[in-house]
Amino acid sequence: MDFTFLLQLLINGLVVGSIYALVATGFVIIHKSTGALNLAQGEFLMVGAYVCLYAMTTFRLPFAAAFPLTLAFTALLGVLIERVVLRPLLGSPVISVIMVTLGLAGLLRSGLQFFFGTDTRAFPELFPSAPVMLGVVPVSQGYIWSVAGVTVLLTALGLFFRYSRAGLALRATASNQQTALSMGISVKRMFALSWCIAAVVSAIGGVLLGAIRGGIDMSLGHMGLKVLPVVILGGLDSVPGAIVGGLFIGVVENLTGGYLDPLLGGGVKEVVPYIVLVLILMVRPSGLFGRKKVDRV
Amino acid sequence: MRRVASGVTLAALVLLPFFGSNYALDVANRCGIAVIGVLGLNILTGFTGLISLGNAAFMAIGGFSAAFLITKAGVNGFAAIPAAGAIAALLGMIVGVPSLRLKGLYLAMATLAAHFIVEFTVVKWESVTGGVSGMSVPAPALFGVVLDNDRKLFGLVLLLALAALLFARNLFRARPGRALIAVRDHETAAAVMGIDVFRAKISAFGLSAFFVGVAGALAAIQSRIISPESYPLSLAIDALSMVIIGGMGSVAGSVLGAVGLTLLPEGLRAATNALSGQWPDLISKLSILKELVFSILIIVFLIFEPHGLAALWRRAVRKRHATTQQQPEGGGK
Repeated sequence: MDFTFLLQLLINGLVVGSIYALVATGFVIIHKSTGALNLAQGEFLMVGAYVCLYAMTTFRLPFAAAFPLTLAFTALLGVLIERVVLRPLLGSPVISVIMVTLGLAGLLRSGLQFFFGTDTRAFPELFPSAPVMLGVVPVSQGYIWSVAGVTVLLTALGLFFRYSRAGLALRATASNQQTALSMGISVKRMFALSWCIAAVVSAIGGVLLGAIRGGIDMSLGHMGLKVLPVVILGGLDSVPGAIVGGLFIGVVENLTGGYLDPLLGGGVKEVVPYIVLVLILMVRPSGLFGRKKVDRV
Repeated sequence: MRRVASGVTLAALVLLPFFGSNYALDVANRCGIAVIGVLGLNILTGFTGLISLGNAAFMAIGGFSAAFLITKAGVNGFAAIPAAGAIAALLGMIVGVPSLRLKGLYLAMATLAAHFIVEFTVVKWESVTGGVSGMSVPAPALFGVVLDNDRKLFGLVLLLALAALLFARNLFRARPGRALIAVRDHETAAAVMGIDVFRAKISAFGLSAFFVGVAGALAAIQSRIISPESYPLSLAIDALSMVIIGGMGSVAGSVLGAVGLTLLPEGLRAATNALSGQWPDLISKLSILKELVFSILIIVFLIFEPHGLAALWRRAVRKRHATTQQQPEGGGK
């Protein structure tokens, strides 16, 4: 009994953690190549979930059509946001960039609310609801699909960064903008590309999360803030760090929630990631895998 | 000319309780409280360059401290307000300690974490804060004067807002305030000039939290009942919007931002009421509309006028000045 409970918590943690990892990867890509801190990451996730839902319910498209449409839409949105909002602020103080992404988050969130309302919307069932037995623990198929999807996606991203021309150019930009420019890489285009990737990756996270939960509402946006402890833990400029951090925060959150909530009466899950964040900031601000270049005084 | 304008404004404000409607006084109080809070945040973020997403947490600390002191410790309401500010200042200085090592986005995250940790503490510490159900805040009373409505409260709010304003204005004319600006502009250079950066930053956090705590206490007294839900993260973001739209690092900008963005939702409310004939569902979407407008304003100001309303104001004044000087004979005084 106790053991199955533990396993259940671990599995929940890993599933949620894999989505954290996905969204955190988008966050890290933006920060690594453009230096911006995107606090609208959670809203990108919401946009993905809502656009997919809209395409499936209002246009009655099958998932196979709605999903690519969602990705195309968010890709465009990412590029547009970089071009219109972020580019004019190149070279502005960090505070301005943080604030503009907060403004962006508010704009996207209120835009979605205006359009879709604030009630929870049922998300179409994408995966069969019958659970699969994983040893002694029943696991819903959505979980398995979601973890598989995240794994495939992260592998694809890894390959993209390692072997494709655009991926290499992106990494060159991240490592040194001046040198990248002199090698004929359009740094501006790379900025747009990183926002595009971040938006798409988060949108996929949003669709998966919608499918797992069976319904979407504005609380999806909280994922964007949960990503902050993840990236601080993993290191702000490390993609592997984002993945490890995501899984770790997901598991820790579920374990502490599962075991401490009954003792403290709920709410532990929400605060534990931030306690981890503070601890990491005090002990090792560069995170587990980050470069040790922290603005220290 | 400027003296006349400020004199007239002040006279109008003093007379407001005698002819203003209840609604006008409610809005005026909220404006005054916002001015105090935004000045506090601007001291930290605008003048010292330390971003804080923890503003709502300090409002909460101020509000719950005042409520606790009045109801459970038996402190007089008038004394509880500065005491709440002092408690917030103390906690602000503690939160500020990591700021000595962390800058920019790391500080944003640390203060965000502070927000959630304070929220959690407020919910859990039931013996002091009343937990999720919150507490009611009795009206402050002294010598038979009970500030139990907006009309009576306004005098106090006005007085404190003016005091905060004068203090902030003079602070940045004097050495301690100049030191904060120097730390913002270039930390190493400031240290070389003999400024104690540690002390400057900690005092910025403390001072800022004091202002915000006082604002939180006043807001709690005005609303009469507070709960953890009265202090969402969006409150902190609204305060930052006021700082940015008003003008980072400007005392006048803090007033413009606080008053402007407190009046804006009221304007929106009036507009949606007027348009409710054509679009009946508009009223229910008021809070969404407010967020939409705030967000657009933040983005537009950051892109086109990063120095906010204060810069627009200054430019407008200078322009008028220039035109009157160009044609001294034609215009007349």
